[in-house]
Amino acid sequence: MGPQMTTTTKTRRAPAGRTGAEAPARDAGRARRTRSEVRVLAGLGHVALAVWAVMVIAPILWTFLASFKNTTEIFSSPWTMPAELRWENWSRAWNEARVGRYFINSVIVVGFGVAGTMLFGSMAAYVLARYRFVGNRFFYFLFVSGLAFPVFLALVPLFKVVENLHLLNTHTGVVLVYIAYSLPFTVFFLAAFFKTLPTSVAEAGMIDGCSHTRLFFQVMLPMARPGLISVGIFNVIGQWSQYQLPLVLLAGDKDKWVLTQGIADISVSAGYEADWAGLFAALSMAILPMIVVYAIFQRQIQSGLTAGAVK
Amino acid sequence: MRQGKYPFVIGFLAVPVTLYTVFVVSPYLQAFWLSMTEWRGIGAPRWIGFGNFERLLSDEVFWKAVRHHGVLLLALPLITIAIALFFAFMLNVGGGSRGGQRVGVRGSGFYRVVFFFPQVLAVAIIAVLFQMVYRPDESGLINGILVKLGLEPVFFLINPNLALWSIIAVLVWQAVGFYVVLFSAGMASIPTEIYEAAELDGASRVTMFFRVTIPLLWDTLQVAWVYLGIAAFDAFAIVAVLSVDSGGPDGATTVLAMEIYRNAFVYSRYGYASAMGVALFFLTITFAALTLRVSRRESVEY
Repeated sequence: MGPQMTTTTKTRRAPAGRTGAEAPARDAGRARRTRSEVRVLAGLGHVALAVWAVMVIAPILWTFLASFKNTTEIFSSPWTMPAELRWENWSRAWNEARVGRYFINSVIVVGFGVAGTMLFGSMAAYVLARYRFVGNRFFYFLFVSGLAFPVFLALVPLFKVVENLHLLNTHTGVVLVYIAYSLPFTVFFLAAFFKTLPTSVAEAGMIDGCSHTRLFFQVMLPMARPGLISVGIFNVIGQWSQYQLPLVLLAGDKDKWVLTQGIADISVSAGYEADWAGLFAALSMAILPMIVVYAIFQRQIQSGLTAGAVK
Repeated sequence: MRQGKYPFVIGFLAVPVTLYTVFVVSPYLQAFWLSMTEWRGIGAPRWIGFGNFERLLSDEVFWKAVRHHGVLLLALPLITIAIALFFAFMLNVGGGSRGGQRVGVRGSGFYRVVFFFPQVLAVAIIAVLFQMVYRPDESGLINGILVKLGLEPVFFLINPNLALWSIIAVLVWQAVGFYVVLFSAGMASIPTEIYEAAELDGASRVTMFFRVTIPLLWDTLQVAWVYLGIAAFDAFAIVAVLSVDSGGPDGATTVLAMEIYRNAFVYSRYGYASAMGVALFFLTITFAALTLRVSRRESVEY
């Protein structure tokens, strides 16, 4: 293919009126120019990449360092090392600032929220993708249209709905709301996934006298594992990061707060109490588990979060 | 096989449809109705027709918020996509060709992992982090460095001309990694032969970037633009936590979501807040429809 290509290029150049003697010189010049251009571009690119990496890492690293400093050290210079590892900052944040409680609340809410989302989302997606029945299209579009609406449009009535059900300031209320608002994307994504699975396995199962329910849980769900993992990660990150819903639904009971609203609240009160070290420790506690989880599931997380956009 | 299909279908749909109807569909429908009423949360809402919307038109704060969405809508996608495209190009084809395979610069894997990380953090957490980074005295990361260098500290969040841009910078900081990964996936699916052919025709890297990469990545770019545009219509958590006085100083960073929250849960003006929600909805929908319309062009088959 190579030589052929060169010939075509040469022929194409001919009308430009270049003599045979000129051509090699020009080519050499171009090659030199290309090479230096590559070097400059690559050099600039390298610098830009390194600078961005520093911009991502530096604030996080600085937070971890500051979580061991005392107030004097925090106010001296950003890159002084703490004189000693002051773990008391961490224990103060965990106990007195109640990061421990917020953390456990987050785990509870996201745990039940994602479990419920995956169960109900996959059930709905499965019947909508693989069964023909009256109203199928209607329900599918009902779920998917939820993707187009901003949550803030629903915020006021949602607050009243949850209040009327006596679920305000309860984890149950938050979990149910998380599930409901995660359904549009989950159903959309998993329905597309279930459609791609082969029908032959399901048919074989049916002939063997498998019930619809058993078929779903024992045959189809295991087959849909890659899709479930992607959308599961998407939901874990999404629900873990939630801020506005718990802010509205749990406002009245500080003991029920999740990590995001707890940390945001600590940052407001840190100003009054001047406990900057405690705030840095609290912030570190919120970031550290994400680093660990990200380090382990980095590939799955990247594909899980981008999966929605690639479709 | 047909036997028992309907009981099964109904059984599987009952819980998700009920949850969805109660917590999602009904609030959305109620929001449109509430936007036509005056309601302080007690007693029955009083019907006032388009009264709330008339008030919106002359509400200075509302227009401020809309203007901020306009700035966000242009700046956030433009800056994020430009940076992410450049990085993705460097990480995927910037290293030239090795053994007939186009490769990225050295350390590509490392950069990709690091750049993506902020995406995993909650926006509220990032907002607290940058509150510390932006602090106006030497306890802030940036001003600590500036003061050590003998420069004047910069009031990132206090200066009304700078506050919104400081917030946009944080949003870009978080988003870039996601789009680097997204564009990388797109670039990886562009066949190497196209680059080879372009190279043999004497195309420079820059030409290749604009004439090969961008056209073949058009669909992904469009998706990115829509995503970032929708993000530009939200921005609640970052504004609520990072900015001075939640949307300040003096409304310099406020967004519609912030004003909806404030009107509903601070001033108890539920009807008025719902009207803002309806306005936000129509803005979002208009943006999405316009983007898909304008950016539609023949996608290149390969």
